[in-house]
This record gives sequence, C-alpha cells and structure tokens, in this order.
Amino acid sequence: MSAGDHLFEDRTPGVEEHESRASYLTYTVGLALAILATIVSFVVAQTNLLWAPGIPVGLIVLALAQIGVHLVFFLHLGSGSDSTNNILALAFGVLVVFLILAGSIWIIANLNSNMLPMPML
Amino acid sequence: MTVVAIDRTATAVPTELAHGRGGGGPASKRIVVAYGFWIFILSDIIMFAALFAAYAVLRGNTAGGPIGAELFNLRNVFIETMCLLFSSYTCGLGALSAERRQPGRFLIFAAFTFVLGAAFLFIEAREFAHMVAIGAGPSRSGFLSAFFTLVGMHGFHVTSGLVALIYLTAQILVQSLQAAVLRRLLCWSLFWHALDIVWVGVFTLVYLMPV
Repeated sequence: MSAGDHLFEDRTPGVEEHESRASYLTYTVGLALAILATIVSFVVAQTNLLWAPGIPVGLIVLALAQIGVHLVFFLHLGSGSDSTNNILALAFGVLVVFLILAGSIWIIANLNSNMLPMPML
Repeated sequence: MTVVAIDRTATAVPTELAHGRGGGGPASKRIVVAYGFWIFILSDIIMFAALFAAYAVLRGNTAGGPIGAELFNLRNVFIETMCLLFSSYTCGLGALSAERRQPGRFLIFAAFTFVLGAAFLFIEAREFAHMVAIGAGPSRSGFLSAFFTLVGMHGFHVTSGLVALIYLTAQILVQSLQAAVLRRLLCWSLFWHALDIVWVGVFTLVYLMPV
C-alpha cells in the first residue's frame, strides 16, 4: 500500500497504528538465511574449504552478512521512511564500534611491537 | 531571471508521513519509543565493542595456559547458536501474534522463546563450570579473563532478557494486550534480536576465528 492511499485519511497525531509490515514469512526467510550463514561459518572454520589465510576474512564477511539479515528481517530496518532515524543512529553506532575496535587493536599492536623483549627489561 | 516562489501554505500531512523529520506533526508513540530503545541498544552494543576489543587484544596472551582451540567444543557452540537463533525467531513470531491480538499464540511463542533462551544459558553455564573445573578459570590468563568477561556479559544480558520476558508475560496476562504493554513487548523483542546480533560477533570472533 503506498503512502498516497493514506494521504487524506484523518488521524490524530500520536495515535497508535497497528498495521505491521512484518509477517510470518519475513521471519521464516530471515531464519533460513541466518541458519545458512551460521552453518557456512562453522563449516568454513573447521574444514579447508577456503584457502587457510583467507578464513578470517571469510568468517568476517559471513558474520557481516548474517548481521545484515538480522537487521533487515528481524529488526525490520528497511528503506521505509519510519526507519530513517534508526538507520542514521545505527550508522553512528557502527562508526563508534569501528573506532573502538580498530583503534584499540592498532594502538595495542603498535605498543606491543615497540616493547623491549622481556630479558632486556 | 525567475524567482522561485516557495509555497508556505500549511498543508495537512497525515501521520503516516510524519516520521520524526519535522513535517506533519509528531510521529506515533510506537515509533518514538522504539527509536529511544534503539539508541539504548546501540549504546549497549558500543559497550560490547569495548569488550570485543579487549578480547581481540588479549586473545594471544595465554600465559602458558590453554589456548582457545583446546578449550572450546564447537559442537556445543553450534547448538547454543541454534538455540539463540530459533529463540529470536519465536520471539519475532510472538511479538507479531501479540500485535495481531492473539494472546494464545503469543503465550506459546513466548514459552518457546523462554525454553530456548534457558537452554542456551544452561549449555553456556556448563561450559563455564567445566573450564573452571579444569583450571582454566578467568584468573588463569589474560585471554581467559577477556573471554569470561565478554561471553559472561552476553550471558548476563540473556539472563536479564529471560527475567524481563517473565515480567512481560505476567503483565500481558494481567493487563491484556493494551497499547502500553505492546510497546514494552516491542522494546523487549528489539533487545532479544540485538542479543542475537552480538552472539554472531561472539561465535565468529571468539570461537571460530583461528588464532
């Protein structure tokens, strides 16, 4: 149903709307995709299906894909106008998470490589 | 040169088009409440990011103790993952049934969600107890301190989620499915789905990632 169909419908601001964009099908599709990503992750980690040095990258890609599936199918973050604010907040959250993770790993690795070997301390 | 006239006449914008971006009056309470809770979830995830960073930094510091690959039982981790994933699924279906005013279905789905979440916690608690019993407790090495903090914090969140689910179910039984209770249920389902997202990070970075 497009927004235009509602255009002249009277409704007091702040009144609850009960129409749900979700359905059993959405959740089931999300579940199937998430199970697929999980199984592939476990298989990739325990076999040599992937070239060994590529396994960490493969696992990270699969995890990001699964997080995407969760966000879209379970948390219903979509392109709809009522999730614009939520997506902006999410983008900021992702930025902070990236800074914390990348910054910590970078700084500590740098400190570690500049440490004197234990016997010289 | 033409001057573009800006139309400043007030136009009636229906609530559907008013989603907190200024035009058309306030967004519905449901959207505002979910947005506020979403901000809380994001700050929670940022806290988890700090724990993930600590784990990533400390994972190699085993101090001569056991490494992850010797301690983790991936079959159990897979079962845990499936428990949490299916519990997220039944939680979504439960929230949907509640929204459609089907209390009977909601109770069935809530029971499934609770049992699957409790099964997850049981397997995790058994894993922790086993590790402590073989001398690989949180005080053994920097790696194990970070491991117990990160995974334990996730487990603590799952525990509080289960407590909140009992509380919410009691509220629904007593007060029926009125709008305020439905909004709380919406927030709770956001929380539960977010825990599953954090767990995706945990099983990828902690259990599967080769050192």
